[in-house]
Amino acid sequence: MRNRQYRVILAKLGLDGHDRGIKVVARILRDAGMEVIYLGLRQTTGSIVAAAEEEDADAIGLSMHNAGHLTLGPKMTDALQEAGLDIPLVIGGIVPDEDVEELINSGVAAVLGPGASAEEVVSTVSAAISARDQA
Amino acid sequence: MNSSQEPIPQLFKSALSGERRSLGKLLTIIERGGETADTVAGLAHQKAGSAHVVGVTGAPGSGKSTLTGRLIDLFSKTGYKTAVLAVDPSSPLTGGAILGDRIRMDDLAGEDCFIRSMATRGHSGGLALAVPAAIQIFDAVGYNPVIIETVGVGQVEVDVAGTADTTVVVVTPGMGDAVQANKAGLLEVADIFVVNKADRPGANDARRDLELMLDLGHVSGLEEKTGYRPPIIMANSLEGTGSEETLKAIKGHAEHLKKSGSIKIRQKQRILMEIQNRIEILIGSNAKEVLETDLGIANIEAVLNRVISPAEAAKLIVNSILND
Amino acid sequence: MGTEESSNLNPKETWQLKFEKAKLRDIPFETMSGVPVEPVYGEDLFPGQYPYTRGIYPSMYRSRLWTMRMFAGFGTAEDTNMRFKELLRNGGTGLSTAFDMPTLMGRDSDSEWSLGEVGRAGVAIDTLSDMEDLFADIDLSKVSTSMTINGPAATLLAMYVAIAEKNSVSPDQLAGTIQNDILKEYQAQKEYIYPPRPSMRIVTDMVKYTTAEMPKWHPISISGYHIREAGSTAAQELAFTLANGFAYVEAAIAAGQNVDEFGRRLSFFFNSHSDFFEEIGKFRAARRIWARWMKERYGATDERAMFCRFHTQTAGVSLTAQQPEINIARVGIQALAAALGGTQSLHTDSFDEALALPSEEAARIALRTQQIVAHETGVTNVADPLGGAPYVEWMTDEMERQAEAIFAHLEDIGNGSILEGTFAGIENGYFVGEIADAAYRFEREVNAGRRIIVGVNDFTEGDNPEDRNLLRIGAETEEYQLKRLQDVKSKRNQSQVDAALMVVTEVASDATRNLMPAIIDAVKTYATEEEIAGAMETVFGTYVERAIV
Repeated sequence: MRNRQYRVILAKLGLDGHDRGIKVVARILRDAGMEVIYLGLRQTTGSIVAAAEEEDADAIGLSMHNAGHLTLGPKMTDALQEAGLDIPLVIGGIVPDEDVEELINSGVAAVLGPGASAEEVVSTVSAAISARDQA
Repeated sequence: MNSSQEPIPQLFKSALSGERRSLGKLLTIIERGGETADTVAGLAHQKAGSAHVVGVTGAPGSGKSTLTGRLIDLFSKTGYKTAVLAVDPSSPLTGGAILGDRIRMDDLAGEDCFIRSMATRGHSGGLALAVPAAIQIFDAVGYNPVIIETVGVGQVEVDVAGTADTTVVVVTPGMGDAVQANKAGLLEVADIFVVNKADRPGANDARRDLELMLDLGHVSGLEEKTGYRPPIIMANSLEGTGSEETLKAIKGHAEHLKKSGSIKIRQKQRILMEIQNRIEILIGSNAKEVLETDLGIANIEAVLNRVISPAEAAKLIVNSILND
Repeated sequence: MGTEESSNLNPKETWQLKFEKAKLRDIPFETMSGVPVEPVYGEDLFPGQYPYTRGIYPSMYRSRLWTMRMFAGFGTAEDTNMRFKELLRNGGTGLSTAFDMPTLMGRDSDSEWSLGEVGRAGVAIDTLSDMEDLFADIDLSKVSTSMTINGPAATLLAMYVAIAEKNSVSPDQLAGTIQNDILKEYQAQKEYIYPPRPSMRIVTDMVKYTTAEMPKWHPISISGYHIREAGSTAAQELAFTLANGFAYVEAAIAAGQNVDEFGRRLSFFFNSHSDFFEEIGKFRAARRIWARWMKERYGATDERAMFCRFHTQTAGVSLTAQQPEINIARVGIQALAAALGGTQSLHTDSFDEALALPSEEAARIALRTQQIVAHETGVTNVADPLGGAPYVEWMTDEMERQAEAIFAHLEDIGNGSILEGTFAGIENGYFVGEIADAAYRFEREVNAGRRIIVGVNDFTEGDNPEDRNLLRIGAETEEYQLKRLQDVKSKRNQSQVDAALMVVTEVASDATRNLMPAIIDAVKTYATEEEIAGAMETVFGTYVERAIV
């Protein structure tokens, strides 16, 4: 059992407007007892960093459907690093398996592929947070 | 727990110097409650005392977030740094929450304001302690005004809104909002009314309803004595109309509080309320322990033997603690 | 042209007369075993008869198969141009363009928002120069083009008109459709630029312009596809889409347009999902509801203005990343539902779409899939072959009943106006809330195992992730496009651009003037898409959605 209420920021970075998945994920995390701060569409790395600082987020989740993940994923981890924020970043959406390694190497904590179950979503986010807590 | 590794005084110091991340962490500590939270609140209390606290409350979808966004914009244009505490309900089943609708201010540089979302549940001590402490921290590190945004539906939310210096109640036309607000007790605490989406049919009816209720005397008792009547502002926060008037009304109300001396009464009332809450929580959280002492055991025995009633036992125990 | 129900003929005789006038395809209308079949079965209602539940044409696919319209677009305009030519050579009968995300949002490739998205999910169009490349060596008077764009639709249409003019093709020769369905953007797809009301004004200006100048053009394709993809139910897709249609009709009537004139150029775009009979019921109900409302509520008298003509695309959201090759079966079933539902055109999804953008091979298989439905199954011999079946008729009625309940709600919150109800529903989060609820309900059912998705929560053996050949678009597309844009900007006459943009702003602030001519003039100066959007944003503002979960 975790010892505190996890606070997770969810956002869509950039222009991509596919928000079906991220809204479902928001509800899944809420139903698992987490506090979800949904920033909505058309966020920038700057707005996500600011929200992460102000909300003292335990994790950040981004959803990507436009094949831009190899550009935007590393851009986000760079922005977090630059701001000195040690917060795990989880990416979901349409990410081909062979891109996962590159994303992990760029500092992304975990990738949730299409068709991930609710349990996978919750356990991936929880694991990313507790790994960071113990680091 | 990585977020509380830094010592409190250091966090507090860097928050004072404008470090947003430290302020974010202090707010988390406040939310979790307990001794550490009390320490933080104590430090904040010493430095606080200058921020004007504005409550903005209304039903979901009434446009209060958009209005708050507009107000932040207007405040920042006149040199004010606004902090917002957005309180949203938690799920009663899981304790989880979706704290959506963080105000979007694409045009604003992040430096001018600080937005924090807070769920209604999940803090020991509850909102009643966390909200005042959060206000104190914002105040202490130099944010003024501090806006508390709540969904005006439950008693807790209304109480929170009611502890502000100036309470803005947002209603929308056509849904019987004014009547609902009356039922929820919001009219009692309102210092300013905003009829949002005033371009919609029924806006004038909403205004009339409010005027009528004000005529019937549903106004905060304090102000009635000093001749203040809450203004009703017609607004369309999507287009931005009415937000300047709202700002003026907030400043007007602040002025009125100062002139009439009501500000002192309000501040005193707020402190009274907070101490009262703390006493209740202190006594409440000690109740179980007390029952395990000799005093407790003796009284339980007496109730079991039908010598005294449970109510009498509780009074005897509390009295003997207070007399110690 | 009236509904021709005046004489003493019974429905079958009326239909017979019309059918005999229709030109038929030159193939034997018999089963594979040589059994001849009638063009339609049943006694009460026939295809081509109001309210068109059984199809809008008396002879349906015996005269003409649906248009096999495959969506294409990736990388640069030149890349897509090659794909277009390939599709035309392969027997495709219409061009369909997918634009990249920056283009869809009215942003240029060099905008900071565009980083990582240029040319990724479609073709990048910044200026007229890109549009010239996109349609190079294609005779615009001979093809029918569909452009899937909404927020900046006026600018893209203006570019199409401008390149045609350069090739001596006049606007009245241009055939095609522009999606231009801005309402569903606020409800589902989220590719908007300006707030709803000014956006409606642009749509209305485009309706006026095309009615006057482009008789072969469909100025709005009212789209339920994205509503369904965002997670709605079939009935919500049906109801929200038709309600949006009513809203456009109300706006156009308010702007002084004749309902018969623009009504006959409206078309629809639906999703074909996996629940076979629900989908067929939805398609049949759509035709019936639209015809009734157009005739009875909006006073249409031309039957073409009562036709619910629609394009269908199979459900991208139903495709799985696990065992992607089994998606070919899903697409086949969904394509069959669309054919049995009487669609006018069809896009079949590529099996690899849950993983990446469609590869050329996958796109070919998708086209072949609908060719099998059209040419091998025999379902095109008989119009509405399922009509009259109790389950199908019940499902059609049920879809209609659910849709009418939603219309009643919208009328209620719009004080009697569907247009106002739609604005109100956008503003108070009704549409996004309903869609999110439906999506979550579905996911929970899948998650609880109460609903089986083959390859995802059951029958999972056989997935082979190594064995995939996905389309990759490298960063070079972005670099190339940025260079191109730079090049165009340096060569154009800046003072002409500035002057043209000023006119756009001026016209935007005067609701009595039509924006189209000003935008056509602006694209001809090689003003960029974002510059033109910006010229209007100064007047109209920018829309920001509330983050509702």
